[in-house]
Amino acid sequence: MASASGAEHGTSPTDYIVHHLTHLQVGEGFWTWHLDTLFMSALLAVVVGWVFWAAARRATSGVPGKFLGFIELILEFVDGQVADIYHGDRRFMVALALSLFTWIIAMNTMDLLPLDLPGGVAALFGLEYWRVLPTADLNGTIAMAIVVLLLIIVAAIRSKGLGGYLHEWVSAPFGNNPILWIPNICLNFVELLSKPVSLGMRLFGNMFAGELLFMLIALLGFTVVGVTFGSAFGFFGQIVMGTAWAIFHILIVVLQAYIFMVLPIVYIAMAEEHH
Amino acid sequence: MTVNATFIGQMVVFAILLWFFWKFVVPPLARANTDRQKKIAEGLAAAERGQKDLEEAKSRADAVVREARERANQVLEQANRRSNEMIDTAKQSASAEGDRLLANARAEAANETARARDALRGEVGALAVAGASRLLGREIDAKAHQKLLDELAEEIVRG
Repeated sequence: MASASGAEHGTSPTDYIVHHLTHLQVGEGFWTWHLDTLFMSALLAVVVGWVFWAAARRATSGVPGKFLGFIELILEFVDGQVADIYHGDRRFMVALALSLFTWIIAMNTMDLLPLDLPGGVAALFGLEYWRVLPTADLNGTIAMAIVVLLLIIVAAIRSKGLGGYLHEWVSAPFGNNPILWIPNICLNFVELLSKPVSLGMRLFGNMFAGELLFMLIALLGFTVVGVTFGSAFGFFGQIVMGTAWAIFHILIVVLQAYIFMVLPIVYIAMAEEHH
Repeated sequence: MTVNATFIGQMVVFAILLWFFWKFVVPPLARANTDRQKKIAEGLAAAERGQKDLEEAKSRADAVVREARERANQVLEQANRRSNEMIDTAKQSASAEGDRLLANARAEAANETARARDALRGEVGALAVAGASRLLGREIDAKAHQKLLDELAEEIVRG
């Protein structure tokens, strides 16, 4: 999944990996913006949105074509998953699950591009760094998780009213006794916060690790120095392992997207339950 | 690997995508799906109705055929009976005609006989008178012995 073209930017394996893990960024401190993450995620959001919008425009109650049939297959799958978990008006839930699922798959799939291709293309535009995988950026995954967190709170307030929701903060799970208010609040805080953190960290960890492994496999190419046994091992090792990991990574791409689709639905369904 | 302002931008991107899917993607697709489900259900119901109609029509056609066959049988039977009756009547009338002809012939024969007998009787009377006159050698007044002669003639004819 890589060539040794990283040598342009640095000769050592460490330089290669550090270069591949550096974002194209502007700004200082907190106000740093990862332009590559923002651009790639926005681009993929536009692509996914356009594909589904094209299907929606073509939507017919007659016989669907192949393209529409494929889109409907995805929609049916997502709708079935949501229907299993969430009982109620699920129009918004399906939109949430579908946008998460498709967008995350699109972003995760960027990991399967040849490792040096995006950077090479960016270099043509004079950009020094380009990380192509928005889900291997903690900002990308945490942002989605925080949107989900906000939706959880909104769903809980809509279901129970503001008073009921605040009442639950102090009275659940231990009971409505003034002595237990503080423990209740602490536990609820941890419970609420653990959801976006686990969501964001899980996807980030999986994709970051997958990306890193591609880089490590690409390092095998560095050992190709001539017609020697070691060079042959490095060359074929990179091809074989890179292929194997790419094929296995397809599973992770879809699986992580699936997990990130289902868990928010579970959380929101739980938030609307009365204790 | 640090969290920075990028996540704000990412939240905006995701929020926009979510809003777009919610407003413009899922509703038309879901509506098309529901409509198609309805259409398919209607189609299946129509097919079932058609099947039922077909079965009904078939049974009705069967009934019509059965009835027609029964009526044909009836007509045939009636025709048979009628032809038999006609033959019978023809036979009867023929035999009656024969009887009548026979009776006529008989009556005619009897008439002939009676007439012959009457003629004979007259002739016998005359013969007897002639014979007796010859025997007695004289004229017998036929009128005087009419009664006797008649009785004689009767006897001869009968005998």
